[in-house]
Amino acid sequence: MYQPDSDSSSSSPESSMSPPTVRGAEALIMSLLAEGVDTVFGYPGGAIMPVYDALYGFQDRLRHVLVRHEQGAVHSAQGYARVTRRPGVCIVTSGPAATNLVTGIADAMVDSTPLVCITGQVSSWLLGTDAFQETDVINVTAPVTKWNIQVTRAEDIPDAVARAFHIAATGRPGPVLLDITRDAQMGVMQFRHEKVTRIRSYAPMLRSTDESLAQAAELINAAERPMIIAGQGVVLSGAEQQLIAFAERVGAPVAWTLLGLDAFPTSHPQSVGMVGMHGRYGANVKSAQCDVLIGIGMRFDDRVTGNPKTYAAQAKIIHFELDPAEVNKIVKTAVPVVGDARDSLERIMPLLHKRTHAAWMEEFRECDRIEHQKVIQRDLYPECEGIRMGEVIRHLNDLTDGRAVVVTDVGQHQMVASRYTRYEDPHTSITSGGLGTMGFALPAAIGAAIAQPERTVVAVIGDGGFQMTLQELGTIMQENAAVKILILNNSFLGMVRQWQELFFERRYSNTEMINPDFIKLSEAYSVPARKVSERAELVDGLRAMIETPGAFLLEVVVEKETNVFPMVPSGASVADIRLEA
Amino acid sequence: MVHKPLTLSVFTENHIGLLARVTAVFTRRNINIESLTVSESEIPGIHRFTIVVAIDHEKARLIALQLEKQIDVIKALVHDDEELVHRDLALYKVDITARLTPGWDTLLQKHQARVLEEQDRYLVLEKTGTQTETAALLHALAPYGVLEFVRSGRVALTRPMKRLTEFLQDLENTRRAAPTR
Repeated sequence: MYQPDSDSSSSSPESSMSPPTVRGAEALIMSLLAEGVDTVFGYPGGAIMPVYDALYGFQDRLRHVLVRHEQGAVHSAQGYARVTRRPGVCIVTSGPAATNLVTGIADAMVDSTPLVCITGQVSSWLLGTDAFQETDVINVTAPVTKWNIQVTRAEDIPDAVARAFHIAATGRPGPVLLDITRDAQMGVMQFRHEKVTRIRSYAPMLRSTDESLAQAAELINAAERPMIIAGQGVVLSGAEQQLIAFAERVGAPVAWTLLGLDAFPTSHPQSVGMVGMHGRYGANVKSAQCDVLIGIGMRFDDRVTGNPKTYAAQAKIIHFELDPAEVNKIVKTAVPVVGDARDSLERIMPLLHKRTHAAWMEEFRECDRIEHQKVIQRDLYPECEGIRMGEVIRHLNDLTDGRAVVVTDVGQHQMVASRYTRYEDPHTSITSGGLGTMGFALPAAIGAAIAQPERTVVAVIGDGGFQMTLQELGTIMQENAAVKILILNNSFLGMVRQWQELFFERRYSNTEMINPDFIKLSEAYSVPARKVSERAELVDGLRAMIETPGAFLLEVVVEKETNVFPMVPSGASVADIRLEA
Repeated sequence: MVHKPLTLSVFTENHIGLLARVTAVFTRRNINIESLTVSESEIPGIHRFTIVVAIDHEKARLIALQLEKQIDVIKALVHDDEELVHRDLALYKVDITARLTPGWDTLLQKHQARVLEEQDRYLVLEKTGTQTETAALLHALAPYGVLEFVRSGRVALTRPMKRLTEFLQDLENTRRAAPTR
């Protein structure tokens, strides 16, 4: 039984009228509205039918997007959350529908995306009887949710919803799940929704100590070769402007993680690009030469650090981080600054000297010249016959001016897009980082396009990942979601093939794909489409994709066997990054 | 490498499903829980987990932080044995004939065990003590024929004088001082 503690604080004035008597299902919808929800992504089924019946009566106030598979619902909710920075909401039934959410929930957990997932459940008297479509969703999702709860009484629904939104959105955001039994949906209760602003056992926002800021400032002021690595925490705390001010005061080069692509403008003169396995040469090599490494809202993931024992071993590491469990988890920090990034960056500013590190910056630019010569030139301006992924992204940048929301899937195209896409605005990059979920991009782009129809949303997807969730073309058709689908088709599971080539003696085990006709497939869903196989057609094709109103699918046939470089081999030190095979 | 046992005291809200979340923090990291006891605490509604694991201090520190990340966990503390007053409870079912053996009473006295129940065919003994002490009695009873044996998980109180109400106050202070987003 769910037992709320007595910490709910009311944000609405006491009403003199008695609260309306409603069913639990209606109370759920009314609570969602009270939490500011305008759109939900879902799929109906037996154990959630009372909620779908209630939705029917709220169509004017709550948009329901009918997806084609529950995984599509959860990834769409993620895309929605990543552009709006409000929790994405999905509603599905019990059993298989609930388990179909799990991939997206796990993805949201590791990438700190706020979600409120609502699953129907069999009636409470059937719990544990192996009833039809009964799955123990609470235990299945416990390790991949920030919080979850089973609700078995109608009167507990509003408080559970209020808690869910508070927990999902505050502190380090994450997914929460409400499992609501059918009898709770059917039960009658007096509706009253109070926002939750405080939970006794939960202190999500932290203020860094003055001592930690003073120690950090001392190290930064004395640094000769400082380097900043920004992560998604900058975006989550809304610290983009503070980061620019901080970086300009410190005079340090700014690199970013895969999830921090839109944390700092690509065009800023101090930008030095992405770190990590397929990051920029300079950003990786110089992390092994800096004297002070300043990580902000990032978690030293193994794809960033390579071998953690050798990672930045020469440097004193300052870690601005909200989640205490991330501090000293992977690398030893000299100064942990545990608190909200924006608040910490604002408060450290008066302690910092204005510095420039021109010679040190120049070392990065020298690395850029090497990388340009060995990698970037032939990625962006190839002389080979086939089209390369990099040049597609270069032309896309020209057409969107770095203002589009670019959603990427997982694999080679993701790394190429992350290396070369220009991001000038916050909330423009959406990708599956920590979990690496193929099939993420198409539904995530749908969520982003529905949340912000005024923006251009481009989903860059490989031929493999597209086929994992292509059923969502149906959602695009039904909902008129203006997603620009850019398939970079190399007829391979390219990243795995690359590893097979480099580390498994070219034994291409099950990575070559015989693909369907993507154009016909798209047209079957009334989504206009075009295929580009020749370089001469590329810009035209991209322009048609961007300029055609509504959804569009552009398939670009790219070279079959190219590798993404630079590359830090798995487990190697970042300093051993390879520029070629 | 064998580590000395460490004890985690974890204070939580009393919610369904929390036990699974707490144990999952260990199982996910392939850590075996040596013993686990859950009971109420001095504050109604707050439960206390006492968990014994054989891991090093650094790992235990990270585990405690992961436990505190759970929404319904108030505080997770890591203790060496020196910081604790701790006991296990053991029950032993022994063949009734043991009572007639010379030296029986001395044995019970030596181990500070007492007879809980006497039936036609068996005796039930009770002993509280450390795991070493309850194991020593088990060993000593072996010749008499131990028919059944059970030992509870460790229960432990901390020597440091910080009280649960102060941890709750710490959380409240953290919330008050927190910047808004």
